[in-house]
Amino acid sequence: MAAERQAQIVVDQLVKRFGSFVAVDGVSFEVARGEIMGFIGPNGAGKSTLIRILCGLLRPSEGRALVAGIDVARDPEAVRRRIGYMSQKFSLYNDMSVLENLRFFGGIYGVSRADIAGRLRFAVEMAGLVGRENALVATLAGGWKQRLALGAAILHRPAILFLDEPTSGVDPSSRRRFWDLIHTLAQEGVSVLVSTHYMDEAEYCHRIALINRGRLIALGTPQELKQHTLGGELLALEGDRIGDAMSQLLAAPGVMDVAMFGSALHALVDRAELRSPELQARLGNAGFADVRVRRINPSLEDSFVHLVGASRSGTGASA
Amino acid sequence: MRWRRVKAIMVKEYLQIVRDPRSLMIALLIPVLQMFLLGYGISLDVQKIPLCAYDQEGSQASQDLLRRFSASRYFELQGHAGNYAEVGRSLDTGRCNIVVVIPSGFSKSLTDAGRGVVQVLLDATDTNTASLAAGYAQAVVAGYSADVQLEAIQRRGGSVQTLTPVEVRARVWFNEDLVSRNFIIPGVVALVMAIVGAQLSSLTIAREWERGTMELLVSTPVQPLELMLGKLAPYFVIGMLDACICLTLAMFWFDVPFRGTLAALMFTTSLFLTVVLCIGYYVSVSIRSQVGASQVALVLTMLPTTLLSGFSFPIDQMPAAVRAVTYLVSGRYYVTILKALFLKGAPWSELLLPILCLALYAALMVLFAARAFRKTLD
Repeated sequence: MAAERQAQIVVDQLVKRFGSFVAVDGVSFEVARGEIMGFIGPNGAGKSTLIRILCGLLRPSEGRALVAGIDVARDPEAVRRRIGYMSQKFSLYNDMSVLENLRFFGGIYGVSRADIAGRLRFAVEMAGLVGRENALVATLAGGWKQRLALGAAILHRPAILFLDEPTSGVDPSSRRRFWDLIHTLAQEGVSVLVSTHYMDEAEYCHRIALINRGRLIALGTPQELKQHTLGGELLALEGDRIGDAMSQLLAAPGVMDVAMFGSALHALVDRAELRSPELQARLGNAGFADVRVRRINPSLEDSFVHLVGASRSGTGASA
Repeated sequence: MRWRRVKAIMVKEYLQIVRDPRSLMIALLIPVLQMFLLGYGISLDVQKIPLCAYDQEGSQASQDLLRRFSASRYFELQGHAGNYAEVGRSLDTGRCNIVVVIPSGFSKSLTDAGRGVVQVLLDATDTNTASLAAGYAQAVVAGYSADVQLEAIQRRGGSVQTLTPVEVRARVWFNEDLVSRNFIIPGVVALVMAIVGAQLSSLTIAREWERGTMELLVSTPVQPLELMLGKLAPYFVIGMLDACICLTLAMFWFDVPFRGTLAALMFTTSLFLTVVLCIGYYVSVSIRSQVGASQVALVLTMLPTTLLSGFSFPIDQMPAAVRAVTYLVSGRYYVTILKALFLKGAPWSELLLPILCLALYAALMVLFAARAFRKTLD
């Protein structure tokens, strides 16, 4: 695989324990140059812990992690010079201006004097803060803060970027803009490892790692995950009291899995065109007369719900 | 170590300090407040001790003796008691600290037997004041009996010269007027510097942890030593400013004589400031909350400097074990140096040992503080 030749991040059987709690449990994956890898998973799954290990902020308990070819446990300082990091909590200085923050990180990362003016201008433009360079960061709205934090993280042109839920709490249009920036960086060759809990954002990633309870339970492109993980076809069922039909559905032939999605149920079946009328009739007999059944294309969320459920029952799955 | 990074941190700290003018004002006003509070509050001089008299005789001789008490600047006559119950009450209520009881046969036994006895009752809850009061009372009575003796000898036509065969002529050096403030104020300067210095630096790292900015800072290539130097430099400037305020107040407001050289004063002050800043920084690194760090820093600096530096309790009067502990208190060296500089004007050569100790202490604390910070979240 081409990714292996140019792997910027290599994670091999990584384990992190906090006392008896296993936060990261034998995770392995690689990220290629210019690739955007998304970490998806519920809160507390171990996404942040993994990213912190890769940034050299936490020492791995077992296993190995190479970032830019450097072992993070052996030489975290060398790793830190080559990476940019956006932590989950906003961590620029609120009591300093846009430019003062950028200058500070420029100085800390040792951006050369010849470069600094150009890099500052680039970061300010990228964040869309031209004309507000002297505004205190505390006065900026969420989207601008996030873009400024990204700007600060790439001042020194790192080859690898770690973004821990960078868009949480940011409005959708700002999120869209943020992802455009990430894609631009990736096109320039920056490897990006980004965690998120927004499913729609997962579609923007080149590859996705689904993490649950410290384990990597699926890894692949969004397309691969959608097509192969389910192992069946998907029906959406809508109607009054549809939640009560769950047990009826699970007992029906050809139904492999049922999950609640908002006000609808998604049922995983072996063959959609065969089961659709069957289920309609079965539910009609059981008193759910107004139920509408239609075939849908699986979303990433369907895959994840299925995979998380499968990993809980111990069967595991991998695309 | 990269100067560029130290400078970036210095500029950042400076900006954060000036953006918070209230804290800056506090940092500069607290020392002034403490100087006045401690400078006026602490005085070991005992004067105008409240005194009650129980004159059972009411003769000319007893009145004469009591007049000597009230004329002394050490005592102030609060009133007369009519019986022992009143004597007890006046001591109980704290109306007076000392009661002089002159018995009814006082003048008779003085003229007949050549010796009289007066009783002095003391409230010794404050032993220092009580023992001083007892001493002063003895001196007043001794003066009185010397005069009585003198009169008796003169009446018999004797010679006066034989009265006091040996006389002590005490000449007090360094603090000629025996004003306790003169040796307390230099100690107060040390105490204020210790408190303020450690307070300033105790917040710097804890603040970054509390605001969540530390996580990002740790992920950068900044070195622990760079971080420490950059963070402490602006506070060093503020601390030296505080020192100048305190020392100026000591010299010009409290009129403590200064006989040393300014160079020695500034050099040793910067050493002491380095020590206390590093103590505060170390605490800040260890305790990741601002409130907790500032309280621990307060205890770590104020207690030893108050109790064990020789500022309030003389070190050579302490038990050997406690005396040994005082060598671990940086304030001890600084107080010694300050007292010597202010009152004695001691030359460099004489101060060499405490200065050397203080310098060594500062060097160790810098090392200690620089190693305390680890770039990890574990």
